[in-house]
Amino acid sequence: MTRDNDTNRLVSPERSLQVYRAMQRGLSRRDAMKMLGVAGLLAAGASGLPGVGRALAADGDGAPKRGGRIRVAAHSASTKDSLDPAQGSTAIDYCRAFMFYNGLTQFDPGLRPQPCLAESFKTTDNGSHWVFVLRPDVTFHDGKPLTSADVVYSIMRHKDPAVGSKALSMVQQIDSVRALDKRRVEFNLSSPNIELPSILAVSHLVIVADGTQDFSKGNGTGAYKCQEFSPGVRSVGVRNENYWREGYPYLDAIEMVGIGDEPSRVNALLSGDVQMINNLSGNSAERIKQSDNGVLKATNSGNYTDLVMSFDQQPTSRPAFREAMKCLFDREQIKRVALRGYGEIANDQPIAPGTPYYFAGLPQREYDPERAAGLLKKAGVAGATVPLVASPAANYSQDMAVLLQQSAAAAGLKLNINRVPADGYWSNHWMKHPLGFGNINPRPTANILLSQFFLSSAAWNESGWKNAHFDQLVIAARGEPDEAKRKQMYADMQTIIHEDGGIGIPVFLSDLEGYDTRIGGMDRTVPLGSFMGYMFAEYVWWKG
Amino acid sequence: MRNTLLGLVSRRLGASLLTLLMVSLVIFAITSLLPGDTAQQILGQFATPEQVAALREQLGLNQPAVVRYWHWLSGFVTGDLGQSASNGMAVAQLINDRLPNSLILAGITTVVSVPIAITMGVVAAMCRGGLVDRLLNLVTLSMVAVPEFLVATLAVLIFAVKLDWLPALSYVSTVSSLGDAMKIYAMPVLTLCCVLIAQMARMTRAALIDQLDSPYVEMAQLKGVPPIRRVMRHALPNAVGPIANAVALSLSYLLGGVIIVETIFNYPGIASLMVDAVSNRDLALVQACAMLFCGTYLVLVMMADVCAILSNPRLRNR
Repeated sequence: MTRDNDTNRLVSPERSLQVYRAMQRGLSRRDAMKMLGVAGLLAAGASGLPGVGRALAADGDGAPKRGGRIRVAAHSASTKDSLDPAQGSTAIDYCRAFMFYNGLTQFDPGLRPQPCLAESFKTTDNGSHWVFVLRPDVTFHDGKPLTSADVVYSIMRHKDPAVGSKALSMVQQIDSVRALDKRRVEFNLSSPNIELPSILAVSHLVIVADGTQDFSKGNGTGAYKCQEFSPGVRSVGVRNENYWREGYPYLDAIEMVGIGDEPSRVNALLSGDVQMINNLSGNSAERIKQSDNGVLKATNSGNYTDLVMSFDQQPTSRPAFREAMKCLFDREQIKRVALRGYGEIANDQPIAPGTPYYFAGLPQREYDPERAAGLLKKAGVAGATVPLVASPAANYSQDMAVLLQQSAAAAGLKLNINRVPADGYWSNHWMKHPLGFGNINPRPTANILLSQFFLSSAAWNESGWKNAHFDQLVIAARGEPDEAKRKQMYADMQTIIHEDGGIGIPVFLSDLEGYDTRIGGMDRTVPLGSFMGYMFAEYVWWKG
Repeated sequence: MRNTLLGLVSRRLGASLLTLLMVSLVIFAITSLLPGDTAQQILGQFATPEQVAALREQLGLNQPAVVRYWHWLSGFVTGDLGQSASNGMAVAQLINDRLPNSLILAGITTVVSVPIAITMGVVAAMCRGGLVDRLLNLVTLSMVAVPEFLVATLAVLIFAVKLDWLPALSYVSTVSSLGDAMKIYAMPVLTLCCVLIAQMARMTRAALIDQLDSPYVEMAQLKGVPPIRRVMRHALPNAVGPIANAVALSLSYLLGGVIIVETIFNYPGIASLMVDAVSNRDLALVQACAMLFCGTYLVLVMMADVCAILSNPRLRNR
């Protein structure tokens, strides 16, 4: 599980750095090996290997440059913003967590966990007992050296309900964290989980200094020091000169602001007032595409808006009704009309194409109003009127509801759309109606996603779906050391949800973001969300 | 005269305190009626029941509403505005960060808009029925009719995106010279002026015309007083009362009502602070902002009344 450092010894430092940077930008390890093998060929200018050429073409941005200051506008900022990583709730919080702090591990572009503050980690018994070894040379912004006590505090505080941690459900499986010595930390889990290193890479679980109660200073080990933080207004991070990762970051300073109004956000980018924006709709995407000074980037990271069909209420408790609803999604139309093409067709299961455990062999469920009409008759609801709850809180759900209403009418079902405001939607409407919409942000691993939203005992099992076989598979997959077997288990789980689950997922939504043409390094993509999986701060540079 | 004024001011102040108390009660009641509480809003979509319970306990949301209101009120009267529930910062600190921005914007807008509006109103009244009056009427009516978000958005598209003369956002932090400040405030002030000037100019015109129609002005005209003097010396002093009231009403809008301008230009003022507070169910902050807006309004109206009394000898000597 440690990083493969052997290659570095065989090549010159420059070559090593070049390969490392290319890997940071999306080159897989296998391609990197090929690249080292054919170094001479590449130096001559031929790039015949797929993947290699593209990753190197990033040098078209020019070599990374030090210096410069950019302003980044996220879609939401309020007085609720916090520098306490545990409470991070929107993109701006996640970005700041990765600016000011580091995790024990961090995701690479393939969503595999790589060493970060931990220089190595291993499990001795297939996942229930782990040892993480910390880097020796790391200090916090206030000068305090990083020790294992900081790790123990950082992780265990999430288990206190009063902290209000957003990662509580992920750390519940961690029984104890123990400092073995100054640099070694032991994690004991209540049941095996081979994916612990991935869990520790999320922004909520970054490492803070032991005993921290006041987070307003943002005292972490990260690439930027917090110079100013005023919630809902702005925050400024300046380069941490003592950053442990040699050569990083490139920028002198990053200012983070929030601009809630989408047209204003786009105007600010196009007029050069900000250099990066996120959370765009299809319409704005076109505006940026047509401009000279903005670049549009679409990332498929598995965000989805789903139709939730409750197992505990009528008529959605009838299997035939649920299947009929899934057949009534005209997915092509939803993608074309509601998303303006910025999305991917989904198949009523939550694992997105391009993520490690996606099962491509699952037959696509097609739009079939005739079959739906038959199923509705079988369910005994033909000609009935059913309310459908939609809200701006669940992205695009209102458009989807209208499209669904039209195709349902063709199958003899009348859907009454009940539009409710975004304010208070999650506490008052989500999972409370027989037929409504939810929206699920990408989770770092398939297992976290399935555990949080599909396990019978999960607090956010949206439809109240219970399947014992599925539950066994989720738990077993956590402790399965064999990659191939694990893949098969995830394929089975996706099939079960596709056929039997209480949610319909018509499409995956792309994350759309825009950035200034003068920002370099943006072709690195971590499919976890916008802003390079919220980790852009360390990897971008200003071309000036 | 001094007694009349003092009496009025002290009576007004007493009534204002009562008004503030009632407003705070109403705001408290309405905020409590909103779906969801602070704990749920902080924890968001993926809260667990245990977390919500723990956070409620920590924030004191388990106490009955009356007790919470009493806590807030007893703090407020001793000058303690309390802590923001959503981020633990002192409410006074949060307001202190934003209020100067709002006051500067309101101040500049006032300085620009009031003279223009009153001049326009007076000119229109003097040329009543003429070409200038009709032209000014057309301009002010169309300014009232066009919503401010449209004005602001068009201004940004033209001056920031197309022409690149002005910044699309108004960041106070980047101001280093007078030129910068003028660039930053140009569009927000323009937008606000569009709304305010129209209202004030029309009220001024109406109030002045009312006076110009009265017998004493006719008398002055018959005595051969020239038009300018007739308006400035005879009619205008009598119209100050209604004009001052119109100005006060328009200006009270500048503190709390500029949310659209604050949103579009991303200007960190007090109105967006209150919107945040409401969506986070951050009661102490909501109350503090409401008290601030309400208090400003009451003070402005009182000042308008004082103006009216001072300008009118009949009221002054009563």
